[in-house]
Amino acid sequence: MTGSATASVTLPTDEQILITREFDAPPELVYRAWTTPELVRRWWHANRGEVTVAEIDLRVGGRWRSVMIAEGGFEVAFHGEYREVVPNRRLVATEVYEAMPHAEALNTTTFEEVDGRTLVTILVQHQAKEHRDAHIDSGMEAGLQDALDLLEQVARSLA
Amino acid sequence: MARAATTTDAFNAVAEPRRRQILDVLARGERPVNDLVAELDLSQPQVSKHLRVLREVGAVDVRGEGRRRVYRLNGAALRPIHDWVKDYEQTWSERFDQLDVVLGELKKEQADDR
Repeated sequence: MTGSATASVTLPTDEQILITREFDAPPELVYRAWTTPELVRRWWHANRGEVTVAEIDLRVGGRWRSVMIAEGGFEVAFHGEYREVVPNRRLVATEVYEAMPHAEALNTTTFEEVDGRTLVTILVQHQAKEHRDAHIDSGMEAGLQDALDLLEQVARSLA
Repeated sequence: MARAATTTDAFNAVAEPRRRQILDVLARGERPVNDLVAELDLSQPQVSKHLRVLREVGAVDVRGEGRRRVYRLNGAALRPIHDWVKDYEQTWSERFDQLDVVLGELKKEQADDR
């Protein structure tokens, strides 16, 4: 395995967040790790807590739900619905942070093969700039405040 | 406690794709307007308009060099934007580092199965 690359985060428009990262594995494996609950539990925590719920009903109209618990018991939950499922290539799903139910985002994740590796891009489309900013701001607070806030950011960015 | 209100304009200024292109070019070194026009395939009025917005929020500085006006990036003004996104980016980086570990195991399983 090659050394880890940093995720790149950009803000293409007022309502969007674009996250990209290349992985040293073919798209089938990345897709599997992305859509298999017991595998998702192992990486989604980002070293900031424990993923206690990872439900994935991987079909158009199917629901997903994730819950994470921090050390200290702080719980954050997200859910959404799959809109497009193209195995090994593309997922489109809604995302709702359950503490902010009106701010639904639409996430488009693509898995693109590049010389046996996989370029993953996640485009987070919010309905309003304020929602997008709140989504990222949660990370800012976390960086400056305490570990529980950090957790909220992590969980909020669950796709 | 989000970002400071004074940086709001800079955030808006940088949200525009053409202006980000200009900043990308200036990140490689200062440029007179004509060079920006040539590199970006935009008209001079377009470039000047975007530069004016970027100057107003302090994202770029300008100096006169003879008759030319030379623009450069003002890193300090852009710092809040960088910091704002950085923590979010850090979370994803750590998350993806964990995914690397999972993928390493999946690759090994796949190789063992062959």
